Amino acid sequence: MAHVSGFETLRSGPLASLQDAGRFGVRHLGITQGGAVDLHAWAWANWLVANPWGAPALEITFGGLQLKAMEDLYLAISGADLGAEIDGEPPPPWSAFMMRSGQVLEFKAPRSGLRAYLAVFGGFQAEPVLGSCSGVVREGLGGHDGQGRQLAVGDRLQVRREAIENTPCNRAVPEIEKLDYTGLAELEFVLGAQAGEFSGVSLFEFFNRQWEVDSRSDRMGIRLQGPALKCAISNMVSEGLALGAVQVPPDGQPIVLMNDRQTIGGYPRLGTLPPLACSRLAQCQPGSEVSFRPVSLERAHRDYIEFVRRFQ
Amino acid sequence: MHVSLRADTLCVHDDNEASVTVPGAIRAVLDDDVRWQTSRMNRSPRIENAGVGAWLVRLFDMIEEQNLPWVMALARECEQTFGVALIDLVPSYTTLLVQYDPLRMSPDQARGLLQQLVSALAVTDDGGDSPVRELPVWYDPSVGPELLVLAEGKGLSVTSLIELHTAPVYQVFALGFAPGFAFMGSVDPELRAPRLATPRKRVYPGSVAIAGSQTSAYPAASPGGWNLIGRTPTVLFDRNREQMSYFQVGDKVRMVSVSKDEFLRLGGDTTPQEADG
Repeated sequence: MAHVSGFETLRSGPLASLQDAGRFGVRHLGITQGGAVDLHAWAWANWLVANPWGAPALEITFGGLQLKAMEDLYLAISGADLGAEIDGEPPPPWSAFMMRSGQVLEFKAPRSGLRAYLAVFGGFQAEPVLGSCSGVVREGLGGHDGQGRQLAVGDRLQVRREAIENTPCNRAVPEIEKLDYTGLAELEFVLGAQAGEFSGVSLFEFFNRQWEVDSRSDRMGIRLQGPALKCAISNMVSEGLALGAVQVPPDGQPIVLMNDRQTIGGYPRLGTLPPLACSRLAQCQPGSEVSFRPVSLERAHRDYIEFVRRFQ
Repeated sequence: MHVSLRADTLCVHDDNEASVTVPGAIRAVLDDDVRWQTSRMNRSPRIENAGVGAWLVRLFDMIEEQNLPWVMALARECEQTFGVALIDLVPSYTTLLVQYDPLRMSPDQARGLLQQLVSALAVTDDGGDSPVRELPVWYDPSVGPELLVLAEGKGLSVTSLIELHTAPVYQVFALGFAPGFAFMGSVDPELRAPRLATPRKRVYPGSVAIAGSQTSAYPAASPGGWNLIGRTPTVLFDRNREQMSYFQVGDKVRMVSVSKDEFLRLGGDTTPQEADG
């Protein structure tokens, strides 16, 4: 049996769970996608420690988490600035570094963004459930224990042991990729087939207003507040929902469907956020503002494959 | 103010890139809509933009039992034709969401493939021969608090309510809401009932329920707003089974009323669903 080591959880916050690229091939059974809600930060964290695309990383929402290293570990933190400290000293953001056995890593509270990603050289060891390690609390699937439970005090995070005598890599994230999540988030948006059912004024407002991120937001969906959008369709037959779909319930306040969304839904949809726009939205704190910029499907497709190919 | 927008009345004043992109995208949607309006008579399907890596094929515009074999036939064709480029399929009442791997296929390629599949789509098996699965249900107010409420509201005896619920052969139109949760229809018009105004925080696993013209059973404990009328002892979702979900889209199902003893013998849990749960 391979030796395993890793972290011990000393304190747990609102939500921390292992996430990979998501769970696929099972949507027809009603099983959600899961996976890192900020694919961008997740991918860079894994890249910094030379993990392949698809490796699970720890997604830390909001903070309040304390992890003790059970041995020397080479790791990287990306995404939100959650006031991370190692024995009182802030580790370098968007960088890989060494953490010594016995040291304590703490994520306090968000200063910029909402979700940080912790990747470790060798990768977290977890049993894939239906092809993925992504933890989905609601469905009891994946995560560090295979049961979807979020990380709790006393839980161990197992890490595959690798020879780390030689620092594995000396990688640096390009400055332009180290996103600052403060200020207005300008999100790209692909108009969908039902856009023509929305009133002209609603279409105008969608693209010309700033929308406030509602506090009733989670890994399933992110609600936005603004002028009520009017749609000619009121009652719709439920149909399959893709990542980033923007659905508009009768109250006219859009909901962007994220990784843990229900697989089908019956509200009219204005369109879809491309994956990287979802990533940026996932870092928006409640009360912050977003705006939408239309982009063609072809352009969104090109941007996405260009992004993924950097890591594969 | 509600301004209706038509494809021939689009005018945008601006001097940036978006001033070209927005009208272009809206125009495409509206043009597509006009084609759909004219083609709806001959039921020509429509392939709708669902974002990066996804197309939504709209085969029908209304829920009908005879839709299902067509949706499933298209799903089978997609499995064969897309091969490794296929990521996920989500069949539902009138549509099929097709998710493909953007690294292996461009949106145009995927759409072209779907167009070919749809235009050559044929249904050889109307599902008439597929076996009917029986779902044992213990109809009792302790596990189905709305049993009496519905019976009273509809002026039915509990016995005739059970007869009406067990009579039809239901079809599984879609799986969703939770793993293994089957949307089955159609419920006898006399039994149709709207969702609860306030959903319960916790519905017991196995709870058999009605919402509108649909019926289902909750595979796991979850919040839920459907009217609970009984409970099944059958395990509806188990990830360790080869067929994880007891129900698959396209299945035919009949509810079978069982006694409390039979329910217990089949492994049922009689813990009451608190009416205010």
